[in-house]
Amino acid sequence: MSMIEVSNLTKIFNSLRAVDTINFDVQRGEILGLLGPNGAGKTTTIRMLTGILKPDEGTAIIGGYNIQKNPLEAKQLMGIVPEMANAYIDLSPLQNLLLMGELYGIPKNVRKEKADQLLTLFGMHKRQHDKVKTLSKGLHQRVIVAMALMNDSQVLFLDEPTAGLDVESTRLIRSIIKKSKDSGAAVLLTTHNIQEADQLCDRIAIMNYGKIVAIERPERLKRTIKSSTSVEVAFSEAVEKNQLQFKDVNKIETRGDRLRLYTDKPEDVIPLLVEYSNATQNKVLSLNTLGPDLEDVFVRLTGGNP
Amino acid sequence: MRILEQLKRSLAVAKKDLLIYFLKGPTIIFGLLLPSFLFVAFAIGRELSTTFLLPGLLGMTLFFTTSAVGPVIAPWETRMRTLERLVSTPIALWGIILGDIIASFTFGLFVTGVVLLVGVIVLGTHIMTVSLLTGTVLAAFCFSSLGLLLSSPPTNDPSRIMMLSTLVKFPMFLISGIFIPLAEMNTARVVSYMSPLTYYVDLSRFSVQKTNYFDPTVNLAALFGFTVFLCVAAMILHKRSLTERF
Repeated sequence: MSMIEVSNLTKIFNSLRAVDTINFDVQRGEILGLLGPNGAGKTTTIRMLTGILKPDEGTAIIGGYNIQKNPLEAKQLMGIVPEMANAYIDLSPLQNLLLMGELYGIPKNVRKEKADQLLTLFGMHKRQHDKVKTLSKGLHQRVIVAMALMNDSQVLFLDEPTAGLDVESTRLIRSIIKKSKDSGAAVLLTTHNIQEADQLCDRIAIMNYGKIVAIERPERLKRTIKSSTSVEVAFSEAVEKNQLQFKDVNKIETRGDRLRLYTDKPEDVIPLLVEYSNATQNKVLSLNTLGPDLEDVFVRLTGGNP
Repeated sequence: MRILEQLKRSLAVAKKDLLIYFLKGPTIIFGLLLPSFLFVAFAIGRELSTTFLLPGLLGMTLFFTTSAVGPVIAPWETRMRTLERLVSTPIALWGIILGDIIASFTFGLFVTGVVLLVGVIVLGTHIMTVSLLTGTVLAAFCFSSLGLLLSSPPTNDPSRIMMLSTLVKFPMFLISGIFIPLAEMNTARVVSYMSPLTYYVDLSRFSVQKTNYFDPTVNLAALFGFTVFLCVAAMILHKRSLTERF
């Protein structure tokens, strides 16, 4: 069942079509990732879907309710982590969660219980009475995500929920997003982190200049690029790029202590690498053949950096 | 969604406002310190009776305290980026505005209640007339709505709104019969009719000094009219400016 249905959604600022006639849907129990460079229209799309901005054309149906005609009913189903949004820093995590509970009309005893559960889940029980302004960025963001989950949302809008977080908070938030999906929520996730999108999303929509240029499952998206196979190698001693400029190697990139050799014929390049290793007594520590990744697809479709 | 449910959510907004904005600098300065200094400057060294001073003090306290919190909330929440989160929850915009008004109303009524209590201790319970109590509640709602109306320009800078607020509130305060009773005013009296504070001060004088310029029912009707106008205007203008805040 579609929990988010977007038809011909358009937003125009002055003469700029920030979001241009986009269409997509998100099913129950599905995570759709919205990827795109800065200014592609991702946040504007989420703001229209959550009733913050009014679309100039098109419709958005959330859980069967038109966000323009029945905003309160639609919002009742949603949990939202808006981009750059904040928790109330002069309130404690517990007070922020209880406020959300009241705004969603959750009965008093239920909201206290739910807040307790979320504080435990997010590892904040000990800091529940401290003001949010005294918390670290990671804990602060956990409060913001917990606020979005207070109403057991059927539809989650997450705008860059892990941006700038430490590894522990990022992993915790990702695992909670997965749990929400498993419990049947439809999730629309925007992120600049392509690996995150690859790991979490069932489908990915790539936006550029306000339009959706591709929408597909991650593996199928990767298959749309055929000429990006590569061999990644790490030697025990540092190697200059030009020493590995073999025939059939199109491009070499340094990735930390590894070198990535782009080639259409990995089967021919691997023996050459082994031969080089033997000749120079420089041991091969690791050797992998890689297909095109989502970043390649993104760069190809948007012509820029994520 | 049912009105009653929305009203409950407005109370949640009011509770949040009271927890956060009571102790903010602008609220303390413009709501408590400024009227206190003004009153002391007016009263000190002059042979004025308590019955003359109390209506002015009540009007000044109610006017400044109720209209102090409202202007702070919207620009502050825009700046702190909590407004977007609030607007995306299932509460109507009128419910948010009403919640902000209720917070200002509660703050103002509490402080004015203390002043009134002191007045009763000094002058006796006879000053606690039904018209004064009704007028105080109406005026508190009216001035709170004025505060919210003043915060409708879509800025994230509280100081800009406080400047606008001072520009509007001070002339209103000066022409409303606090320093010069309406009966003693010259042609400026016509201008004073445009300020809701005029009607509240006149009502207070009726209850405390037993002198009045307008009939109490006229004062109450005028306060009611201003309340409806300011409250509706605040809601309409906030709705218009909302999208410009993001």
